[in-house]
Amino acid sequence: MTADGPETGAPMPAGTSGGTALLHARGLVKRFGAIVAVDDLSLEVRPGEIHAMIGPNGAGKTTAIAQLSGEMKPDAGSVWFDGRDVTGLGADARARLGLARSFQTTSLFRGFTAEDNVAMAIQAGTGHSFHFWRSARREPALRVPARALLDSAGIADRAEVRAETLAHGEQRQLELAMALATGPKVLLLDEPTAGMGREESVRMISLLSGLKGKVSILLVEHDMDAVFALADRISVLVYGRVIASGAPGAIRADAAVREAYLGSAA
Amino acid sequence: MVELPDIGRISRRQAVHLGALLFLLLMPPAALALDEPFYVSLGSRILIYGLAAASLDLILGFGGMVSFGHAAFFGAGGYVVGILFQHGFEGSDFLGLIPGSDAALIVWPAAMLVAGLLALAIGAVSLRTGGVYFIMITLAFAQMLYFFFVSLEAYGGDDGLSLYGRSRIPGLDLSGDATFYYICLALLLIFLGLGVRLTGSRFGMVVLGVRENERRMVALGFPTYRYKLACFSIAGAVAGLAGALIANQTEFVSPSLMHWTRSGEILVMVILGGMGTLLGPVFGAAAFLMLEEVLSTWTEHWMVVLGPVLIFVVLFARRGIYGWLVGREDEP
Ligand SMILES: Nc1ncnc2c1ncn2[C@@H]1O[C@H](COP(=O)(O)OP(=O)(O)OP(=O)(O)O)[C@@H](O)[C@H]1O
Ligand SMILES: [Mg+2]
Repeated sequence: MTADGPETGAPMPAGTSGGTALLHARGLVKRFGAIVAVDDLSLEVRPGEIHAMIGPNGAGKTTAIAQLSGEMKPDAGSVWFDGRDVTGLGADARARLGLARSFQTTSLFRGFTAEDNVAMAIQAGTGHSFHFWRSARREPALRVPARALLDSAGIADRAEVRAETLAHGEQRQLELAMALATGPKVLLLDEPTAGMGREESVRMISLLSGLKGKVSILLVEHDMDAVFALADRISVLVYGRVIASGAPGAIRADAAVREAYLGSAA
Repeated sequence: MVELPDIGRISRRQAVHLGALLFLLLMPPAALALDEPFYVSLGSRILIYGLAAASLDLILGFGGMVSFGHAAFFGAGGYVVGILFQHGFEGSDFLGLIPGSDAALIVWPAAMLVAGLLALAIGAVSLRTGGVYFIMITLAFAQMLYFFFVSLEAYGGDDGLSLYGRSRIPGLDLSGDATFYYICLALLLIFLGLGVRLTGSRFGMVVLGVRENERRMVALGFPTYRYKLACFSIAGAVAGLAGALIANQTEFVSPSLMHWTRSGEILVMVILGGMGTLLGPVFGAAAFLMLEEVLSTWTEHWMVVLGPVLIFVVLFARRGIYGWLVGREDEP
């Protein structure tokens, strides 16, 4: 890391401590017309941790992910990844550096088989694709790891099924397998359990806890069971601002968080 | 491409491939035996337009990029042959630098190179856009080129340029229609063979992935623009070869080769034959040119008949003639 914390002299938001963060956002801002979707957001993901970002609908979580992944240019602020400023890099360049994401609304190659989907993701992580002759569908370097990933995502038996015909939960598992396939350093997961039934989310949670320590994760999630089961740290986003950040126990006890988000039931 | 079938067990797809190949191989002697040499030259035109349409399929069917300017590359290839032929005939140099030639082994690759570079330039700009803008901008570039050649008096302007013969290949006489036909067939088969490899390769998977979900491809780390541009340029180069062949077939080039209606016709051939099937567009070219041949003897407004046929294909037979022939073999 070349520097820690914002250089602007603005007060450092809670949770933005020094140290060797892998992913580090500083003062991100995104406006859509009059709406300030992300408002001076600073946050970091440290090696090996699962950092959960929670907040009510429309808080700006997906917008934050889009800016971290490079899909959306921030109006202000910067993103540092693995020791370098990546603010000017596009999403593809950041992905090649090891910053992978999954989508809140499942984003697959719908006409491809499940295995082809994962093989495509593996191919993305193995250098350029200007190879014109060898059949990619018969390349063990792509197919063998693709099978293995489908297996660890628990959908090995669905390898030959077209992605669009998979059940919703299976599609979410496939989405995760693809995000993992590039061998990322940091995973940005946008509501991996979105739209899942109880049983399916339990399976997803156990999949994610299996990743703990192996890959650093920024986890956006509405399912509080998932968040408290998985997260090492939690940041709470409301109206684009981090209102609290800390260990799960502290967040659970935080009065402002209870009021703004968790509700009295939490 | 035709794969040798297992003895006694051949799929419907293989049967279609084999049937088409046999038909194409045996057509010239049959036509000559029936004393209908005209069919040989019609056959050559089908093969040439089939090549152009199959090349467009790389962009349209596999890449999902609706280019409405493919005739620019077709025409450019034709003009490379025409212009170099004229200089060779006069013994002069093109731009005072490049000597003319009528040697196929020089001129045809040159046509591919020029068309490929042109596609690289046009694609570099057009691929920055998407959707309707991409359609419009490719159309606009092709029309610019059309008007450029219309105003290029040195090479015939509006009237075009006559060649006084065909390109030469040592040991072959291309002026014979049957010989020329087989050259076209060989080139088409080579392209289809390479095309099958290409579309199944890593590169081909990227192109398919872009068609399916470009946003996801970018998120995975693919610099999609580069791959689209490479695909666009390859298709342009192959269209240039088709243009070089059509210049030889008709011994004439004119700006009409790159008129927007020509781009439209090639597009129609792809849709009619079946997008994303590579071989389908060859069937599409055959259907289109034969329909034109038959219907245009009845009425010059034969396109009016074709219109409803096309709408039917687009609505009810997504994979076109080819899909209808080989049946429902779902393949991404
Ligand atoms: N492309 C866009 N154009 C205009 N407004 C947008 C756009 N994307 C998001 N917004 C707005 O920005 C705000 C933040 O949206 P965002 O999707 O980031 O919230 P979120 O925290 O992910 O919500 P959810 O929990 O529902 O997924 C919302 O008010 C949303 O309407
Ligand atoms: Mg969201």
